[in-house]
Amino acid sequence: MPVKVKIPTPLRKLTANKGEVEVDGKTIGEMIENLEKSYPGLKERLCDEAGAIRRFVNVYINEEDIRFMQGKDTSLKDGDEVSIIPAIAGGNIN
Amino acid sequence: MSNFTEEQIRRYSRHIILPEVGGKGQKKIMETKVLIIGAGGLGSPIGLYLAAAGIGKIGIIDGDVVDLSNLQRQVFHHTSDLDVPKVESAKNKMTAINPDLEVTTYNERLSAKNIMSIFSEYDIIVDGTDNFPTKFLINDAAVFANKPLVHGGILRFDGQVMTIIPNQSTCYRCIFHNPPPAGLVPSCQEAGVLGVLAGVIGTIQATEVLKLAVGKGRLLSNRLLTYNALRSKFREVKLHRNPKCAVCGEKPTIKELIDYEQPVCAL
Repeated sequence: MPVKVKIPTPLRKLTANKGEVEVDGKTIGEMIENLEKSYPGLKERLCDEAGAIRRFVNVYINEEDIRFMQGKDTSLKDGDEVSIIPAIAGGNIN
Repeated sequence: MSNFTEEQIRRYSRHIILPEVGGKGQKKIMETKVLIIGAGGLGSPIGLYLAAAGIGKIGIIDGDVVDLSNLQRQVFHHTSDLDVPKVESAKNKMTAINPDLEVTTYNERLSAKNIMSIFSEYDIIVDGTDNFPTKFLINDAAVFANKPLVHGGILRFDGQVMTIIPNQSTCYRCIFHNPPPAGLVPSCQEAGVLGVLAGVIGTIQATEVLKLAVGKGRLLSNRLLTYNALRSKFREVKLHRNPKCAVCGEKPTIKELIDYEQPVCAL
């Protein structure tokens, strides 16, 4: 069941600069495991040592924050768009 | 409309004929005091459009001088302004557009020490800064001062905007918690920004300020608008207040402002 995952700018060095990737997964948790297989290093950016999604990482399915659904157990359906949204700042080099 | 001069009626006629603004709305705009933090990429379109729109008082804070590398996006500043304090250059451009505007300049860096007294002079705060420590400081101070905050951020080809109504809508810390650790922050080599992106995001921020001033429309509160310039895509996600938010939650743990260390960039 492929879903589209939007990769934010700061994580694109792990996805060969791709801003959107397709991975399988019935749940967000499975999706993260599959992301890690294709793009090693992504999981530790998204999850802490205990495997929970880090507090400063925001994962959305379509428009909804998974924290207000079932977190990592939230199920995914064909065609869902998953976004990882970090805080953004920049533009200047001091 | 008796309180407007004839010149003002002409100057603001395209606002006044909008039913959603009208003379009343324009009056509110002219009575509003806005603080713009940063006279750079975002601050420029914010300041220029708000000056043109007739905002009565604008405060602008920035401790830098104009550098050649700023001119690609910071449209406040002209080539002839090199080495001039940014706030001076910004003031000159804004008052050239609208001589009715009162501008207060703060040629200094914002910090936990000066932020509350500066905020106290204004109705609406606009974040046009380029770094996380200041963004968190501004969010916390806006919550403490209970002032609406229009947040904007840009990086490379991505931008985001949200409006925070303290204690009513999601704050920056509700969703982003703390300045992100080194791994999630792009290094300088990965940084850079498409100049015009500052214009897109800054003008959306200025729009939010005008909606707040007039009291019309639906704000970007409890939602985050993101824009990717390469794909020409706007997206919106819903935001929810975090009951455990360290600054605006049920049991706040942050009771004093924090000056975070600036992450050092190894270029």
